[in-house]
Amino acid sequence: MKNYFKYIAIMALGIVSCEPEFDNPVDEKDAYTNGEADFSRYVALGNSLTAGYADNALYITGQENAYPNILAQQFEKTQDIEEFTIPFMSDNAGGLLLAGNQITQNRLVLAVDANGDPSPRVYTGMQPTTEVGNVLQGPFSNLGVPGAKSYHLGFSGYGNVQNLATQSANPYFVRFASSPEATVLEDALAQNPTFFSLWIGNNDVLGYATSGGTGVDQTNNTDPTTYGENDITDPNVFGSLYSQMVQSLATNASGGVLINIPDVASVPFFTTVPINAIPLDAATAGALNQQFSAYNTQVLPGLVQAGFITAEEAQARQINFAEGQNYVTLQDESLTDISQVVQGQPFNLDPQTAALLSQLRQATPTDLIPLTSAGFLGTIVGDNPNMVNGVSVPLGDQHVLTNAEQSLIRNATQKYNQIIAGLAQANGLAFIDANAMLNQLANGGIPYDGGTITSTFATGGAFSLDGIHLTPRGNAVIANEIISTINETYNADIPKVNPGSYATVTASNEVQ
Amino acid sequence: MKKLLFLGLFGLMAAVTYAGGYRVSLQGQRSLAMGHTGVAVVNNAELAFFNPAGLVYLENKINVAAGASAVFSNVKYQNSEFGLSSETDSPVGTPFYVYGSYRVNDWLSLGLAAYTPYGSSVEWPTDWAGSHLVNNIDLQAIYIQALASVKISDKISVGGGPIYVNGSVNFNRNLNRTLTDIDGNRSNVTVDASGVSAFGWSASAMYNATEDLRFGVNYRSEIIVEAEDGDATFENIPNSPLTPFQDTNFDASLPMPAELSVGVSYKLLDKWLLAFDYNMTYWDAYKSLDLDFANPQIPDSKNPRNYKNSSTYRFGMQYLANETITLRVGYYFDESPVQSGYFAPETPRNDAHGFTGGLSVNINDRFSIDAAFLYNRYEEVDESYAPNPGDFPNYEGAPFKGTYKTSAFIPGLGVTYKL
Repeated sequence: MKNYFKYIAIMALGIVSCEPEFDNPVDEKDAYTNGEADFSRYVALGNSLTAGYADNALYITGQENAYPNILAQQFEKTQDIEEFTIPFMSDNAGGLLLAGNQITQNRLVLAVDANGDPSPRVYTGMQPTTEVGNVLQGPFSNLGVPGAKSYHLGFSGYGNVQNLATQSANPYFVRFASSPEATVLEDALAQNPTFFSLWIGNNDVLGYATSGGTGVDQTNNTDPTTYGENDITDPNVFGSLYSQMVQSLATNASGGVLINIPDVASVPFFTTVPINAIPLDAATAGALNQQFSAYNTQVLPGLVQAGFITAEEAQARQINFAEGQNYVTLQDESLTDISQVVQGQPFNLDPQTAALLSQLRQATPTDLIPLTSAGFLGTIVGDNPNMVNGVSVPLGDQHVLTNAEQSLIRNATQKYNQIIAGLAQANGLAFIDANAMLNQLANGGIPYDGGTITSTFATGGAFSLDGIHLTPRGNAVIANEIISTINETYNADIPKVNPGSYATVTASNEVQ
Repeated sequence: MKKLLFLGLFGLMAAVTYAGGYRVSLQGQRSLAMGHTGVAVVNNAELAFFNPAGLVYLENKINVAAGASAVFSNVKYQNSEFGLSSETDSPVGTPFYVYGSYRVNDWLSLGLAAYTPYGSSVEWPTDWAGSHLVNNIDLQAIYIQALASVKISDKISVGGGPIYVNGSVNFNRNLNRTLTDIDGNRSNVTVDASGVSAFGWSASAMYNATEDLRFGVNYRSEIIVEAEDGDATFENIPNSPLTPFQDTNFDASLPMPAELSVGVSYKLLDKWLLAFDYNMTYWDAYKSLDLDFANPQIPDSKNPRNYKNSSTYRFGMQYLANETITLRVGYYFDESPVQSGYFAPETPRNDAHGFTGGLSVNINDRFSIDAAFLYNRYEEVDESYAPNPGDFPNYEGAPFKGTYKTSAFIPGLGVTYKL
């Protein structure tokens, strides 16, 4: 009798210890392979895109979903790797404090107004707690520094809190530089990375672009210490620094990834506000045309006749409104300043009108308006209903990225990208054409299991609420592209991620 | 307009899913040991469930059978495209039964029964890859039934009686694949309803063709359990009119499907008994699980299930080893009611091969101990939850694909008492 109970007990024990097992379990290391690459110490260098900056701020969940961290998690499915360390912010509000004073804004969230219309607003649900002076103990695998340009990665003192006053340091790098004089590149090399990624150069044109082209194209100026924040970096400066970085990183690493620079005109920061943003009824359009009639039919032909401007420029400076949507008016610094000449004979215009006309033209479909100017268009100057910004009051330089300014950016970007592609090939590194990828997002999108990811602002899924930086889902798309290129380049088999499992924009009405 | 769009995005509400085939066939250790056959077997008070018509043929005046099983069942999920893997850490389920019958006279026996034919308890790791379908679920239903068994002749009897069901459900899932609060905590909903009652019935007949050959048929009605004013609790919801999820009540109904069993048993050489049962479970009653939230701001939740009727084929054998020991073995093939493309991870169940065994030990003339175990073998299966938009145009969720492997080991103990 006792024996029977014993057998029952043994039976029960055997039962508890049995677990379901797959024929080919994916959670074992031989399920995937790292190929010829060694991901055991992966270091990511770059700017805000690498740091996981989104919604105009850096915050924890953005950092967690940055493409380098997504990559590290997938790398870990192929081999044992060292922990991928991130200089985490202190919260999800995002603002930076310097000696207790807030120096950068909190993140943007999607808020809804009383009419039910959503728009990006600054999150105020909690106080920012990230103090720049609290330097974190590294080393850090993600060395992405928001705001960094190509030449900043080699700048000594870029992480020195003393240099913040002169704007030659970066508060984000101050937080985690290994010493005040260490460079980003040194902090990377000190870790002896077995694999690296480099995505730098975006800010070498982006500052110029987002400022509406207020900066200077520094092409042929080889001294970056003389550059302003909104300038375009000389492609030769970019090339020599970029190639030094690649050489030093590639020397001891098993491999790496170089990511090129997307065309800034493809991001929603520039594609969301329509250039013909001004709605007019027939009566108003007629009245405006009346006002500009003398300018179009007498002043401009007169200036051509006097040889002051070309016929071509006169044509470009014609102002015409019609019922419906109208192109904005702007001051274009590339046009001839006519403010003095029209005050003289035979035009005899008053100084105020002359100032209005000085470099006036109407926008064309190739001009772009930054997202941050959306709220400025159509506002009224000094309570005067006849002084409408973008119509009767032309937009200033910072509110329009003109076609001429865009071509300066395009030229520089193309040159940077040639350099990046050439170095990737020369060093046998994986080359990611992020430019092509963002163009695809802007033109048709990229399909995933829940639909299509596009560049459309707020709803497209790829871009965060600042219109420039990627959402977690956008980062997943980039990470997948990097994974497939690594797989090809290094004969690896790393699984991709499902972009549908990554979030897009965050809604909150905790705003001012 | 934009608001509507966002509502739509977040509107993939509450896929409360109570398990692919939440039938738990563990209604008697003696029957279970024989592949859960019993519609044509006269053995002990387990007849109260399998075929109440047979109670009148039990030899003793008072018959009692009671027992419980311990369900050790876990499921692994993996997706090789994305390198994802998860495994459930489900609590041990303990379905039970208590049956009693009393012979009033030569042609009439009365009985009482309590048993748990439906239930499910599955716990996935919180926020796992399929957390938008289920994080965890606990479904319980207790059937309590009064029975009468009437002998019409020595060969034919009928039986049956009304059933009272008391059920409860607790279920948690994330609202969708990505929604979080500002700190990245996944937005989720828990629905909870308990003390939900409903009524049904069962009816059966037994025919003794010869002394050794019996036939049986049993039908248990469908019982729709309707939860009214259950509690829906939302957690980690962004503070935004775009996500108007607030704690509210819900109404939902869940079918406990009807089951028809027919079977035959044959006694061989005195010591051997062979049994065969065929079950048809009318799962096609389970088309969709719809949650109607009391708060009109919260979109109702429609969750396609699209189950099909399913058959189970059961074979059992009993051997009287000696005065004390009776040995039993069995096998069954259990067809899953879940159709391809509707494979949801609450109880991801594909076809199962059940292998059973057990024994009874007679302690004395009146009292015996019944032990049984069940091992369920499931094939590894590549499946998805991707309702056909032609059949369920309102379902907006993305497909959820992967490979599943289930294991189930179920030991059980019971007692039989006769007076």
